[in-house]
Amino acid sequence: MRYSAARVLWEGLTGHKGWTRAWRDPEPKPQYDIVIIGGGGHGLATAHYLASIYGQHRVAVLEKGWIGGGNVGRNTTIIRSNYLLDGNEPFYEFSLKLWEGLEQDLNYNAMVSQRSIINLIHTDAQRDAFRRRGNAMILHGAGAELLNAEQVRREVPFLNFDNARFPIKGALVQRRGGTVRHDAVAWGYARAANSRGVDIIQNCEVTGFRIENGKVLGVETTRGYIGAGKVGVAVAGNSSRVMAKAGMRLPIESHVLQAFVSEGLKPVIPGVITFGAGHFYVSQSDKGGLVFGGDIDGYNTYAQRGNLPVVEDVCEGGVALMPIIGRARLLRMWGGIMDMSMDGSPYIDKTHIDGLFFNGGWCYGGFKATPASGYAFAHLLATGKPHDTATAYRLDRFRRGGMIDEKGVGAQPNLH
Amino acid sequence: MLIPHPILGLRDAQEFTYLGDASLLDRPDGMAEGASEAFHDYLYLRDNPAGEHRELWFHEQGDRSWLVVTRNTLTHEITKAELARDVALARRGVK
Repeated sequence: MRYSAARVLWEGLTGHKGWTRAWRDPEPKPQYDIVIIGGGGHGLATAHYLASIYGQHRVAVLEKGWIGGGNVGRNTTIIRSNYLLDGNEPFYEFSLKLWEGLEQDLNYNAMVSQRSIINLIHTDAQRDAFRRRGNAMILHGAGAELLNAEQVRREVPFLNFDNARFPIKGALVQRRGGTVRHDAVAWGYARAANSRGVDIIQNCEVTGFRIENGKVLGVETTRGYIGAGKVGVAVAGNSSRVMAKAGMRLPIESHVLQAFVSEGLKPVIPGVITFGAGHFYVSQSDKGGLVFGGDIDGYNTYAQRGNLPVVEDVCEGGVALMPIIGRARLLRMWGGIMDMSMDGSPYIDKTHIDGLFFNGGWCYGGFKATPASGYAFAHLLATGKPHDTATAYRLDRFRRGGMIDEKGVGAQPNLH
Repeated sequence: MLIPHPILGLRDAQEFTYLGDASLLDRPDGMAEGASEAFHDYLYLRDNPAGEHRELWFHEQGDRSWLVVTRNTLTHEITKAELARDVALARRGVK
């Protein structure tokens, strides 16, 4: 069923009896050409682009829980392409371009809202670094603006500009950045993939791989064995656990990132504001809640909850930056498990096992990458070659000295 | 989280900084055959288990000792904390 304004009007007049399920609930078939493990944003996007761009229709997505129940439903919904390094910036810019056309492509309202992202500057050194990053963004067609303190004040006058430790001296702005309704991304990709014949199989946990003579033949699941020509793993957060079933150790640690939503407030924050010096970033959802977060907790964990010291740190950062939120009440807080990689950048690569492909290591930046990650992973699965924008995301890059380390902190996952 | 420091008793985890898997104590021999491959695995690859994890914490805001803490990554429960020095010496067979 195609969604449209006329359809909404018609259904409104006829008692909403004509809506059908957005995707089927099929039984797993014994064999597929391609099996994607992980029905999150990246897995579903991969299935969609496999079917729509690369003509693959015998595709299944296996999800251990339910669609959209993992990190695609636990993030802070920000999209942007403000990276510095050549290995990253073209990929994230490709992703942002896909976001811009996403709703037409999927025929689904994902509420893509390009309300801009403002990265605040507090020192001369930071301004130099952001100017350089802005130039890299402009070179890759992403667009960037450098604002002085007066221009920032005109846009977001409610910030504390005279904080003794971190006075605001300017900002790097990407106007095309913004937010997207995260659940709708999962649902939209699932619906679009389903309409092209992809089987989305929920409550189906992969318990092992069947590998013979260095080639993957299929996967063992809680719903029986499923044969596959190729297997793509997109389970960020649990990558190490799943790939361990194939005997692989990964350059990844799992960490928790906490996120927070306040009670609904009147519109106050125009876009996304990041306060890197104070470990705080914030946007306002269409319902009015302030959606904010900060740093990862910093220790290995698979528990989807963090500890109070980081809650305190994030809230201190928030109140230091925006004293007006001091009386806002917190409605919800939660944690999501991040694949923290060794250089802060992701992996989209084949493995040493023939037919087994891996997508993960997204750190806390996986959501914005969803469309390009799916596209590039689909390209790799269908053609066996990396997509032009994702050639740097190799698993063996540390062996070759090919790190993509935006922060320059080395192989210390909890610092990225 | 509270870490049961073997000398100082229960201390807030905020006094510590976190390094990672305790296998980082076992630095490969740089002169051995295949050292560059061994160092790649040592520096970049992790077991990253869900469950019991032995890991290095540095008591930076305290007595500046390194500890090997045994903690469950699914529940955050800490079952053991030892001085990293003792662990490292025991691994090398030094009494």
